[in-house]
Amino acid sequence: GTVPAAPSLPARLVSWQIFINNEWHDAVSKKTFPTINPATGEVICQVAEGDKADVDKAVKAAKAAFQLGSPWRRMDASQRGKLLNRLADLIERDRAYLAALETLDNGKPYSISYLVDLDMVVKCLRYFAGWSDKFHGKTIPLDGDFFCYTRHEPVGVCGQIIPWNFPLLMQAWKLGPALATGNVVVMKVAEQTPLSALYVANLIKEAGFPPGVVNIIPGYGPTAGAAISSHMDIDKVAFTGSTEVGHMVQKAAAESNLKRVTLELGGKSPNIIMSDADMDWAVDQAHFALFFNQGQCCCAGSRTYVQEDIYEEFVERSVEKAKNRVVGNPFDFKTEQGPQVDEEQFKKILGCINTGKQEGAKLLCGGNPAADRGYFIQPTVFGDVQDNMTIAREEIFGPVMQILKFKTIEEVIERANDSKYGLAAAVFTKDFDKANYVSHGLRAGTVWVNCYNVFGAQAPFGGYKASGNGRELGEYGLEAYVEVKNVTIKVPQKNS
Amino acid sequence: MKKQGSDSNPAPVLPALPEPIKDLKIKYTKIFINNEWHDSVSGKKFEVFNPANEEKICEVEEGDKADVDKAVKAARKAFELGSPWRTMDASERGRLLNKLADLVERDRLILATMEAIDGGKLFSTAYLMDLGACVKTLRYCAGWADKIHGRTVPMDGNFFTFTRHEPIGVCGQIIPWNFPLVMFIWKIAPALCCGNTVVVKPAEQTPLTALYMGSLIKEAGFPPGVVNIVPGFGPTAGAAISHHMDVDKVAFTGSTEVGKLIKEAAGKSNLKRVTLELGGKSPNIIFADADLDSAVEFAHIGLFYHQGQCCIAGSRIFVEEPIYDEFVRRSIERAKKYTLGNPLLPGVQQGPQIDKEQFQKILELIESGKKEGAKLECGGGPWGDKGYFIQPTVFSDVTDDMRIAKEEIFGPVQQIMKFKTIEEVIKRANNTTYGLAAAVFTKDIDKALTFAAALQAGTVWVNCYSAMSAQCTFGGFKMSGNGREMGEYGLHEYTEVKTVTIKIPQKNS
Repeated sequence: GTVPAAPSLPARLVSWQIFINNEWHDAVSKKTFPTINPATGEVICQVAEGDKADVDKAVKAAKAAFQLGSPWRRMDASQRGKLLNRLADLIERDRAYLAALETLDNGKPYSISYLVDLDMVVKCLRYFAGWSDKFHGKTIPLDGDFFCYTRHEPVGVCGQIIPWNFPLLMQAWKLGPALATGNVVVMKVAEQTPLSALYVANLIKEAGFPPGVVNIIPGYGPTAGAAISSHMDIDKVAFTGSTEVGHMVQKAAAESNLKRVTLELGGKSPNIIMSDADMDWAVDQAHFALFFNQGQCCCAGSRTYVQEDIYEEFVERSVEKAKNRVVGNPFDFKTEQGPQVDEEQFKKILGCINTGKQEGAKLLCGGNPAADRGYFIQPTVFGDVQDNMTIAREEIFGPVMQILKFKTIEEVIERANDSKYGLAAAVFTKDFDKANYVSHGLRAGTVWVNCYNVFGAQAPFGGYKASGNGRELGEYGLEAYVEVKNVTIKVPQKNS
Repeated sequence: MKKQGSDSNPAPVLPALPEPIKDLKIKYTKIFINNEWHDSVSGKKFEVFNPANEEKICEVEEGDKADVDKAVKAARKAFELGSPWRTMDASERGRLLNKLADLVERDRLILATMEAIDGGKLFSTAYLMDLGACVKTLRYCAGWADKIHGRTVPMDGNFFTFTRHEPIGVCGQIIPWNFPLVMFIWKIAPALCCGNTVVVKPAEQTPLTALYMGSLIKEAGFPPGVVNIVPGFGPTAGAAISHHMDVDKVAFTGSTEVGKLIKEAAGKSNLKRVTLELGGKSPNIIFADADLDSAVEFAHIGLFYHQGQCCIAGSRIFVEEPIYDEFVRRSIERAKKYTLGNPLLPGVQQGPQIDKEQFQKILELIESGKKEGAKLECGGGPWGDKGYFIQPTVFSDVTDDMRIAKEEIFGPVQQIMKFKTIEEVIKRANNTTYGLAAAVFTKDIDKALTFAAALQAGTVWVNCYSAMSAQCTFGGFKMSGNGREMGEYGLHEYTEVKTVTIKIPQKNS
């Protein structure tokens, strides 16, 4: 598709406050925090800083919107779908503005915000709009003289804590299934990237969602986020972010009211290149698998296992490709890689690179900051990586590629599975038997064959092991947002 | 027209009713194949009439076997492996259906006016109800397009097994004249959502809105050959479809009599898959503990809606003895409050029957009612000197052996009968070869659930009648039909399941 020029910002009058009951509020504490443009390190604007008191307000509003007999509870399911489609229409209308806002706040290239992120946001909302009136309960042939059926009821007040790597897309992934199934939402957006999600709040009101159905709070994890996961009146929490914080969310849920928990956490996903793979394609995809979104993907293919016959050539080509990656101003259409999202990530990644060097991995290109201003890091490739190195075990979340060598299928499957993570994986091979054997053997929620980072609203996504609990997207994605109620009625005489 | 919902039930707000278009121009009167308009191969045309005044509206190209052959060829080509339609993302099929819904919304006034003139339908009903249902059905099916899931299956042995839910192929769809546009949408929406291509034959009485849809289908961006529309007559164009060796499935809505012919033709030709939505003689059972006002109103609308021309018409009303007299009295009063006339005008509550054939058939059945001893409470004859109007008619003291209690009348003729016990009325309600719909009115939970199980009907309503929606599956038991439309089940009829089993080196769970 063609990408229009980015509109100048901030051109629209938008509140950077807290969104509760379709209205804008200052923080109860009146505090604000700055959000930074990672390409320059400069402050974009101040944003209201939500904390426990604001979460409490939002939860109250959400509860009221969820009361039996409320407009939202009584609304036709198909009408919920209509509202979600209307929201998608409005996002399409404001696509260029949202893409520019996303790039300003997150640093991802504008052409990608526009063509990829926004496209997927719209498709995700439309996909779930379609599910609204189709998630059927069952009637069940219970023993005895009874009429038995299930209702798929909304869970209730859903706390949703979203990350900074795909701000708008993660918002859509969370809102789509929650609203389609009739829930109400208290969403905490990442402190690094609050702006685009807050703009969407305006559109949520414009689309016609009743007040209190969606509430959005900018703020920090240890304050606003923790308030959500330990809230006694929130029925479910969904969190996407690091495994470290995922542990905390699950603990808080258990210690408070046993709210239902779904988690989408980190990964150290293995990308397995067999010697019979299409070399050009495999190099291209392995590069994309790691470097996309500045390396800031939970499912990044950050352990590239290459079969020994083709190892040397594969490494050489991958280094060449990394050296040619264009790093620069994310609003420039030539740019392929923007800055990392903030100083903390920037420092962490550089630290990992150092560790890699110290532990004996072979630095083949990059390894340093790419500019004097902003959080840019050179595309970096390490070769001769061993499984026990830190860079082979810990999530880096930056433009740092690890290439490892393997001999046999059995060996690589075992090494690939030897991780606390299990989010995604891939295998490149022309051999059908190998493809099936490897894809069935890998302990990962998504396995790509001869491709990488292929996503669609129709396909479920989620992690094995410490990469998460539960699935998002697809029909499976609805399950976490419904509470199944069994209704059993005595009847005079049961007939089949 | 009864407003949906009540003050305490936030039913979606119906749009304000505009005035029908004056001097509506009919632009589309040809055969629609490959997104183009064709004359009939034979050169023949047929006339389309306005049943309110018996005047000719226009002439339409008359499709016959040769035109059906052309259409099937186009549909087959559009379905070829590698075609734009076959290689399209499922979500994109959904997007096209949603786009079509947008266009129907845009042209709502044109379509509603056309439907009222061609079908004798009240304009207010056409605009508010028929067009509303069309848009909702398109959007409902649009949502299913990329949610049609096959399965992966844990087969014994070292195999990887999965199913594909493929489109069936070229689907012939023959639709009736009572809800021309709604029936058109009910047919094409699930078919297209599942990826099929279609050849539609609209009823000869009411081809106009279907042909107009051809222009919107093209505008929405459906590839050529995906939808083809051949207006014509049953014994020619319709039969050509049901006998065709290259049509993979036929769906028919109409009379049981013709339904049997279709199924026979399918068997004789290529064993094409068949779904049928046929007639009914649906029982509506009113208990003494029912909310009487509500029961009378639902029973009335349940029979008289659209001049009684509904397959689901509640045409046998069984009333429990203690309330029988009162129920009859109120029903008569309700039936007398009618203004008949030009269905385009505001204030008119009943339009004409669709054509002379129906008109005469209904009057004949009314006469049989009188002869066989039913008590004529009101109406009982034609109305006006032009158009096929029949007075709203109520018969009481009807017994099960009368023709008016057994045969589908398809007109504004209500039958009320008396019953004593539950067991008796269940037997009597089920004592028919039909089985399309049924209803029971009672406040008692045990009775309600007993009837829900006992009635042999594809839809059972409790304390309501005619409640339908795109999410709800609809179809007949027994001779009221085969198969189901709408809801998720409706998709099964447009899907062919393929099992793929792949040998693998080692199966692991």
